[in-house]
Amino acid sequence: MRSDAVLNEAVRGPSGPRKHRMLPSWVATTALLLPTYAWLTLAVLLPLLTMFVFSFMSATPMGKAPITFTLKHYRAFIDQPYLLNIGWTSLVIGFWTTLLCAIFGFLAAVALARATVGRMRETLLILILLPFWTNGLVRVFSWTMVLRENGFLDNVLHMVSADTGSISFLYTRYAIVLGLVHGYLPYMILTCYIALVTIDDAIIEAAASLGARWWTILFRILIPMAAPGLISGAVLTFVPVIGSFMEPRILGGKVGVTMGTVIEDQFTQAFNWPLGAALSFTLLAVVLAIFATFSGVLRRGAAA
Amino acid sequence: MNNITRRNTLQLMSAGLIAGAGYSMFPRKAAAAGTITVLNWQGYGTDEAWSIKAFQESTGIEVVHDYYSSEAEMLTKLRTNPGAYDLVVLNAARCAQAMAEDLIAPIDYSKVPNISSVAENLRANENFNKDGKGYAVPWVWGLTALAMREGLPKADSYAVLGDPAYKNRVALQDDAVGVIAAAALLTGQDMNNPKDLDLVKETLKGFKPNVKLLWSTEDQWNKSFAAKEFDVAMYWSGGSVRSKRVSKLPVDFVVPKEGGIGWVDGLGIPASAPNAEGAHAFANWMIDPKFYVEWATKAGAPASSNVAAMEALPADDLSRQIHKPEYIATMSIMSALPDDRREAFNNLWQEVKAFYAE
Repeated sequence: MRSDAVLNEAVRGPSGPRKHRMLPSWVATTALLLPTYAWLTLAVLLPLLTMFVFSFMSATPMGKAPITFTLKHYRAFIDQPYLLNIGWTSLVIGFWTTLLCAIFGFLAAVALARATVGRMRETLLILILLPFWTNGLVRVFSWTMVLRENGFLDNVLHMVSADTGSISFLYTRYAIVLGLVHGYLPYMILTCYIALVTIDDAIIEAAASLGARWWTILFRILIPMAAPGLISGAVLTFVPVIGSFMEPRILGGKVGVTMGTVIEDQFTQAFNWPLGAALSFTLLAVVLAIFATFSGVLRRGAAA
Repeated sequence: MNNITRRNTLQLMSAGLIAGAGYSMFPRKAAAAGTITVLNWQGYGTDEAWSIKAFQESTGIEVVHDYYSSEAEMLTKLRTNPGAYDLVVLNAARCAQAMAEDLIAPIDYSKVPNISSVAENLRANENFNKDGKGYAVPWVWGLTALAMREGLPKADSYAVLGDPAYKNRVALQDDAVGVIAAAALLTGQDMNNPKDLDLVKETLKGFKPNVKLLWSTEDQWNKSFAAKEFDVAMYWSGGSVRSKRVSKLPVDFVVPKEGGIGWVDGLGIPASAPNAEGAHAFANWMIDPKFYVEWATKAGAPASSNVAAMEALPADDLSRQIHKPEYIATMSIMSALPDDRREAFNNLWQEVKAFYAE
């Protein structure tokens, strides 16, 4: 079949009837891209630009206080060195969340792509996505019910053995990571799943018939071939996680101080928008620097 | 945050009150016709339908409202619409600002007879007074202090927040101004302008072993308290009333010897008011025990500045039990913060929070 198609193509030759009366390709490209870029400008670039301008102002431009332009907000990490610790905490939380999401998300995607077929697969996919249609705040608050002292987790434990103490870990970094993993897992599952379903079964059958064990198949075939999915999932998870503030605030209690909560405080409590904006752009720069450092790895992975 | 939550709650409560309109239990007086325009938060006492109706029947003055949704908006409206308002509800901190800009005029207390039983400490508050003249009628007040689980020995000082007996059993409010005020009072400083911010910072850092939780909403406070996550906390007086009344929580509201962190809302008359006469009459009505008791028992209200009005509440009223008149004498009242101090407060609190999180 396949060779027939190739043969037909070769016989017909490159000059099919379709080539006639076509607009110059750049016109079509521009026309097709214009709405997208217009929308991006309106929805992303303009707000970002506004925030960027804010970050150089001496005060929030509301009320009648005179506004001058200053760079002092970008010195925050030097003037307030404790911010470095907070930034580091955010990166660590981001790292663990992304790693856990990658492990669980990839395994779930493998199970979905390799162990199921047809309607069963669709149903499972919907079952995985369904909980994520509920509001994130509701999900985070339900975790507080589960994790708090004398909460659901403790009650279950006490049913098994009544004398053990509490295993509650609400208001710790573990709780924050748990909440974040729960929140961002579907991105990882979906991106990995899309990468995995494109892998030809024949390759795996060939590997198995040549005597490869499951771990060889996993590490030599599945992971390298699904790397683009893993990497885009990791980016989709890491970037929002280091800026997250809801999960740290609700699940972290007093340890829930991250760059996200600091920035949120600047906007909501301190009413210091310029500092909040400057911190956001510093964070963005750090993220871009991280991606630039690993760009070689990322490009190779994405091309695989 | 504090104000908004408090007002929203009142808004909700008063929504159910429209049905209660149609009273005429107040005595009919000689009619002094006219209209007054009141500028206030929506659903915050002055616009209770039954009260407006009774006021019009007794004085002939019609009360209409305009609302603001932030204190900055209130000041802007006063600045840009001279002559539009006769009475404005303003927090003590904002009153000082309005007074400095000559947006409001001195009050003629002879036209506000109910002022005689208003707590002297509130009336004489520096935010309401300039050059020996009073610029606002204190209306309602509340305070932030400590809330403890019933049965525990009542603390007499904010030092309890650092008491080793309550290791990991303390909740602080995630609000820079509130926590700094408590630490400033504990170290004997002026909470509106603490001279030694480093001492405040070290005091707050010293609470670290005890701090279990930083709360930001009343709902969060209630849920965590009900789950027995903490025993001692900074909390609002009005919140304590609601926690006891609505959520039936075993809360003791405790005001330590350093005094509470107070707020007070006043009624001011704009310098450009077309009907200052009517505004005085309505201000008098607002601190009248008859109006207050009905407002507090039907809709729920913060504590009245009028001691006689508080005493007119039923003896078992939770709000009356919590807002004791002696607290007014010891509490400090929040003033407006200049921008640089506000920024210093916020940075200090961020640093302390980062230290708690380590």
